[in-house]
Amino acid sequence: MIHFVVHDENDSVGVVVVEGVKAGQELTGWIMDQDKDLRVKAASDIPIGHKLAIRALAKDSTVIKYGVDIGRVVAPIQVGEHAHVHNIKTKRW
Amino acid sequence: MDLGKSTFRGYKRENGRIGVRNHVIILPVDDLSNAACEAVANNIKGAMAIPHPYGRLQFGADLDLHFRTLIGTGSNPNVAAVVVIGIEDQWAKKVADGIALTGKPVSFFGIEQHGDHDTIMRASKVAKEYVQWASERVREERPLKDLWVSTKCGESDTTSGCGANPTVGNAFDKLYPHGVTLAFGETTELTGGEHLVAARCRNDAVRKKFQFFFDRYQEVIERHKTSDLSDSQPTKGNIEGGLTTIEEKALGNIQKIGRKCVVDGAIDKAEVPAGPGLWFMDSSSAAAEMLTLLGAAGFAVHFFPTGQGNVIGNPILPVIKLCANPRTVRTMSEHIDVDVSGLLRREMTPDQAGDALLDCMFRTANGRLTAAEALGHREFVLTRLYESA
Repeated sequence: MIHFVVHDENDSVGVVVVEGVKAGQELTGWIMDQDKDLRVKAASDIPIGHKLAIRALAKDSTVIKYGVDIGRVVAPIQVGEHAHVHNIKTKRW
Repeated sequence: MDLGKSTFRGYKRENGRIGVRNHVIILPVDDLSNAACEAVANNIKGAMAIPHPYGRLQFGADLDLHFRTLIGTGSNPNVAAVVVIGIEDQWAKKVADGIALTGKPVSFFGIEQHGDHDTIMRASKVAKEYVQWASERVREERPLKDLWVSTKCGESDTTSGCGANPTVGNAFDKLYPHGVTLAFGETTELTGGEHLVAARCRNDAVRKKFQFFFDRYQEVIERHKTSDLSDSQPTKGNIEGGLTTIEEKALGNIQKIGRKCVVDGAIDKAEVPAGPGLWFMDSSSAAAEMLTLLGAAGFAVHFFPTGQGNVIGNPILPVIKLCANPRTVRTMSEHIDVDVSGLLRREMTPDQAGDALLDCMFRTANGRLTAAEALGHREFVLTRLYESA
């Protein structure tokens, strides 16, 4: 069973694709471009469609998704933690 | 899916364009004429009024866009015949004359010096003739290249970027080599990925034009923004769905143009593409506005990927909705034409998802009503460039 998908193996985040992910749950991910599996332990409750970090992200570092810059980290994010508007901001406006 | 010899059954119009619907529309030039148009459509079964709130005291480029959108809507091959009603004759005639260039039946009426009653009576008599005439048009078998297909997504979430949008991209990559005319747009929603679109442009001239449209929108934002666009782009619905930044939304958006298609040209709002290939249309990212512009540009079928569940339709452009979010597919099933949620369970490949969408496209082109058509969604929203005089 797939709990989250990752577009590219160099991405910093994956997308949860099932409902009801809870902190502490062992999750299986699918890296779509390279067709590989990945296991991560959820560090927060994460709603369907929301992102989790698949690597630790320091404040002011860049978040990569689809292999491209999608914004900057404004509060440190641990592996398996919910990554969203509370810890990531746009670099555009 | 081998599309080499694929055909669909459509209506050949007087100018050679092929439609997949056979509407007789009652088109108001302005807000004041909505009541008369709706009365005519009520009198004559099979005629459809397309009310809207604008058309008075517009000027300059905003007025040009108003006329271009109305004339384009009437000229769309999904429309068999048109009755135009305006508060006065001159602008009604201008719209009707523009539509008449296609060769299709069109008449116009001005309300002043007649009143609603007399206008409705005279317009209804013409509408009845048009509806009966249109009912005898027959579909004929046409090659795939005669179909014009557009795309724009709405209420996107992260499942759009990894499921529904790449499905459209897969379908576009399959349609492109067969000479189909394709379009995408949503200018502001390319922000953060505009360099990727620029890199896909056929040549420097196309790239320059695309960049002109992109920069023009950025200037509008700079001029009008009060803080930043974080409350509008991504939308509250996008954020609820898990999208965090405009860059992330843009990259998901760009999945719709596949990996192989080349951007062959860039056009202004409601402008008609000059030939086959993939066209970028400068446009708002508001769903009803962009679909209205695409209908006015002559597109006959639309792919609309959604994540959280946008329910949009258009009066003349059949809108095929596809979704990869299992929660949306479960809670809003009546709105979804193609369920590609299997992609995110690894039960479906992107190739299979693309084929499922193309299968639905052929069925829709051949006459099957989309969910939005069956549910009566006819959102017709004119884009305004600035305030009225």
